[in-house]
Amino acid sequence: MATGIRDKVVVLGMGCSRFGERWDKDAEDLMLEAFDECLADAGIETGRIDAAWFATAMDEVNVGKSAMPLAMALRLPLIPVTRVENLCASGSEAFRGAVYAVAAGAADIALALGAEKLKDTGYGGLPQRARGVTNSLVIPNLSAPGCFAQLATAYAARHRVAPADLKRAMAQISVKSHDNALENPRAHLRRKIDIDAVLRAPIVAEPLGFYDCCGVSDGAAAAIVTTPELARSLGRSDLVSVKALQVAVSNGQEAGHNSWDGSYVLTTRRAAARAYAEAGIRNPAEEIAMLECHDCFSITELVTLEDLGLSPDGRAWRDVLDGRYNADGALPCQIDGGLKCFGHPIGASGLRMLYEMYTQLLGRAGKRQLAAPRLGLTHNLGGFPYQNISSVCVVGMLA
Amino acid sequence: MSGATVLGIAACGGYVPRRRLARRAIVEANGWFNPALRSLAAGERAICNWDEDALTMAVEAARDCLASEGVPEIDTLLLASTTLPFLERHNAGVVRAALALPEHMMTLDVTASQRAGTSALIAALQARRGRPGGALVVAAEQRRAKAASAQELSCGDAAAALIVAETATPIAEVIGAHQVAVDFVDHYRGQHEPFDYQWEERWIRDEGYLKIVPRTLRGLAAATGIDAARIDRLVIPVGRSAALAVAKAVGASPQSVCDDLSQRVGDSGAAHPLVMLVHALEQARPGETIVLVGWGQGCDAIALRATGAAACGRAAGGIGRSIARGVADTNYMRYLAFNRLVEQDQGMRAETDRQTALSAFYRHRDMVTALVGGRCARCGTPQFPAAGVCVNPECRARGEQEPFRFADAPAHVQSWTADNLTYCPDPPQYFGMVVFEGGGRMMADFTDVDREILAVGAPVRMAFRVKERDLRRGFVKYFWKAVPGRAPAEESGGDRH
Repeated sequence: MATGIRDKVVVLGMGCSRFGERWDKDAEDLMLEAFDECLADAGIETGRIDAAWFATAMDEVNVGKSAMPLAMALRLPLIPVTRVENLCASGSEAFRGAVYAVAAGAADIALALGAEKLKDTGYGGLPQRARGVTNSLVIPNLSAPGCFAQLATAYAARHRVAPADLKRAMAQISVKSHDNALENPRAHLRRKIDIDAVLRAPIVAEPLGFYDCCGVSDGAAAAIVTTPELARSLGRSDLVSVKALQVAVSNGQEAGHNSWDGSYVLTTRRAAARAYAEAGIRNPAEEIAMLECHDCFSITELVTLEDLGLSPDGRAWRDVLDGRYNADGALPCQIDGGLKCFGHPIGASGLRMLYEMYTQLLGRAGKRQLAAPRLGLTHNLGGFPYQNISSVCVVGMLA
Repeated sequence: MSGATVLGIAACGGYVPRRRLARRAIVEANGWFNPALRSLAAGERAICNWDEDALTMAVEAARDCLASEGVPEIDTLLLASTTLPFLERHNAGVVRAALALPEHMMTLDVTASQRAGTSALIAALQARRGRPGGALVVAAEQRRAKAASAQELSCGDAAAALIVAETATPIAEVIGAHQVAVDFVDHYRGQHEPFDYQWEERWIRDEGYLKIVPRTLRGLAAATGIDAARIDRLVIPVGRSAALAVAKAVGASPQSVCDDLSQRVGDSGAAHPLVMLVHALEQARPGETIVLVGWGQGCDAIALRATGAAACGRAAGGIGRSIARGVADTNYMRYLAFNRLVEQDQGMRAETDRQTALSAFYRHRDMVTALVGGRCARCGTPQFPAAGVCVNPECRARGEQEPFRFADAPAHVQSWTADNLTYCPDPPQYFGMVVFEGGGRMMADFTDVDREILAVGAPVRMAFRVKERDLRRGFVKYFWKAVPGRAPAEESGGDRH
């Protein structure tokens, strides 16, 4: 019987590069930027790392395939290094690999690093990517905003929310993230916006406008994990611990079976339920103190708040407008600006979310520091609402 | 009803693309260069959407035809066109596959002349005498013309389909046919040439239409005993004034000369005689004598007698309905872009490689060309695509799926968007989750979108369209898309926007 991951692994150190249009940097430079901070924070030498997991999604424009780019950029000492790729949830997968290796006793200290160099395509938005020879015969001519936009049409239809009300709630989500990013010097987009600007913005994919979409950024983030015992032996006392680490992957049911109505993300509900059980959380809406969710689009954040059980079904849009998820609200969401404004270097994003939770838990968040948060949740989503990878992670201080 | 059967047309159907380009728009753009075009500014011409071509129109016309009642088993498919997308790749075979007709049948491309449509019909009639079953004759044409040419104004895109059979309930009985072959080169298109080269119109009329067509009609009269004066509907696709002159020359009444659809559709080349014939059949009264003429390096003539039997007289047949549902368009630049007549900057997203893995396509040919998924034999759930393990979470039966075709399944929209980011020749790209009412669903591209009726829960019908063109390699990738609106048979009538 599996006992779960709760409190078996702690974070020894983390690092995160500045996100943005890093025209003058290669992916390798960004890896080092995150890794140097992470290593210094952990207080160890590179040689102490037993194994590493490397997340990068877009090998078409990035560093290519395999784990070798990480091993070479960091000059890792001929240890096991594994590349993981699960679309936008890749960063969480790297973390999961490292955490599991430590929990299994296969490694004392493991590294998870995600990096993405997206701004070498020559155009805005995500790079075009290969869909596979068979998929490309039948897959629609879609984009990520187009797929997520349909969450909004289906959500509005399911909950009978007037399109204008939903659009306003979505706008508030983006306004809040822009506000939050003002206090984050590493964020990609640091500019205050107002609701009218969001509502007036050009439409990318109906009903999503320009400000409903997250930034496409270059960046890297990293975590070094170990056991509580080893962390203490290294002289560390305040330890951020992994409470839950769950992933649910679509099996084609949403895309192929008429039981799904398109208004929610099925996998997020499944992963969240398992994560709460693993972490021993009975009432997430009360117990979770802060979250970083996968706000690739404003509507994704809104729907995710319900999928995670933080707002009742059909209520998130009201809760958003009521300020529940603002920095000074009951459950601050995207305190660092989120994908929306911190940016979305795909392979790094899951680790970037954890970086903010870690920073907040340790009281190091400076101007954006929340008052004594106890449990933080990250939600990292890869793919589209109708077929995806959904990762939910809960972290908190080790008792 | 008597058991006696006669050789004739058992069913008919047609398709005209939705968009109608106002000739005025073409003339306004090009009149500065060729003021003579101003005399041709009346009316409108049918234009393909960017994702249509002769094959997709042929499939639509054939679906319209096959939806008729009492259609015989089809064992032959003749596809007539001079604008087939492939010089080598059996075009009729693509149509057969899209229609999910049986593999064991004769399929043939008939091409290289404007009378390919009528010649295919005559060949099908001759081969059918005394045989059971039916032959599907489809003609479709998407003619390309140089910008500022007279052809750009006169041509139109359309398709028609007929089923030829020995049947007790024909729409029209065949009386006879006559053919004349003359190497009269009024226009031609050499190999590798994108456009026709045409000789003087006055010569074509005087030496061509007015001499070769009457000769053919006299031959038809001799073969069938039909006096030109008895013709009720003369279907003759050579332009109204030449058609009237031909009628006069042979002694047919001017009233018999059928509408050549030049004001609503344009001249659809090899398809046009059959498009006009289907239009005539949609209106014909029992007992009427119809003579059909096909022109092109000679002449075909076919005499028919309308019967008004059950299969006929569908209130809104394919051509009439298509004409009625036309949408006015004045965007000449879009037409030029769709037809690759301007070098348009399509953005870097359009640069994605579109190679087709032909081996993967072959493995999935039923899925791709015929929209065939699976239906679980254990739980009965239709699903797309077919899979080794049933998609129903309550079932998960392994290896028990039988082929299930979704092309004609009733469907509606679960969610949709209009996507301005992804590359599309006609942005925005509409797509969404299409739910089939008997089970099954797919995320699908939408096309021919009428914004007024697109909504969650709105009905859609599936249509065979160009998915994308691999211009680097000259390949066309086809798949099915959702068209907002009900299936043609469910439409009450045509609305004109």
